[in-house]
Amino acid sequence: MNYTKETYSLTTKTNLTALRNGFHDGIPIGLGYFAVSFSLGIAAKNAGLTPFQGFLASLLCNASAGEYAGFTLIAAGASYLEIAIVTLITNARYLLMSCAMSQRLSPKMPGYHRPLMAFHITDELFGIAVARPGYLNPYYSYGAVLIASPCWALGTALGAIAGNLLPLRLVSACSVALYGMFLAVIIPAARQSKVIAGLILLCFLTSFGASYLPVVSEASSGTRTIILTLVLSSAAAILFPKETKEEEES
Amino acid sequence: MQSTYIYLLIMAGVSYIIRVLPMTLIRKPIQNKFFQSFLYYVPYVTLAVMTFPAIIEATQSPVSGLLALILGIAAAWFGADLFKTALLCCAAVLAAEWFLL
Repeated sequence: MNYTKETYSLTTKTNLTALRNGFHDGIPIGLGYFAVSFSLGIAAKNAGLTPFQGFLASLLCNASAGEYAGFTLIAAGASYLEIAIVTLITNARYLLMSCAMSQRLSPKMPGYHRPLMAFHITDELFGIAVARPGYLNPYYSYGAVLIASPCWALGTALGAIAGNLLPLRLVSACSVALYGMFLAVIIPAARQSKVIAGLILLCFLTSFGASYLPVVSEASSGTRTIILTLVLSSAAAILFPKETKEEEES
Repeated sequence: MQSTYIYLLIMAGVSYIIRVLPMTLIRKPIQNKFFQSFLYYVPYVTLAVMTFPAIIEATQSPVSGLLALILGIAAAWFGADLFKTALLCCAAVLAAEWFLL
């Protein structure tokens, strides 16, 4: 495909399709978000936040563990500096994801898409965006955000209002939607590459170990994720360096 | 007395800065082979680490979570897209817990 100025305007059919595809793929994310943010809303309420404040926090922060940690600190009357540092640590993995995404952007893409795309880098939206081949299409991401973000924010507000009204059965079922999506991202890659298949298995094992071993398991899940990501990705990069650039075309 | 709105503003500000800096500052392809490979593996590792064992802890019974994991892997392996895989996992949990609980 030739990249011209029109390539990045919404008037082209490709981008409208990308927007629609993003929206479609964003639906299961929204479902999962709704279940998770509902319980986040309960935490917000317990921290003394109003449903509107919970809504605002979710709309602006887009982070489950980060928000949860923030709410706990607000409840404890922590200092502004403390809350800034904890937010930084619990969200540090987004820094890595942002680095990874920067490598998948076309040099011809207008600059204003970068700060817009960055606003909603979450585990899930990052996952589905990088799973697509070639350069990232910002409209695909926008489509997914369009459904996922309201679900996240409204779920938080509803959680703060309605507390425990939703039947447990449904919350339980919805909560695996996120993981189903993660699997849909990583498993096809594992089928194509033995290295990735082995790496995923190793990830499962070490992650399982890290959440039950003494000492290590006391770290928050966000911290464990970032440490395991750094260690395992570095090891894979040293042992199996990526051969050639594959993302040139498309 | 700290204001809740200032707390939220700080949380939102820090969350955004972390996300926006690498994306806007790294304009060129990274040439370093190690870092290139590292970033290539990051998504798979992060997502895999976050999936397990979290999936068996998210449900009311670990058995239904495990079932969702196995069915999800099978579905994704045979080419189901995001939506179908996710839906299958939810259905598996709903069905399993119907009988288990």
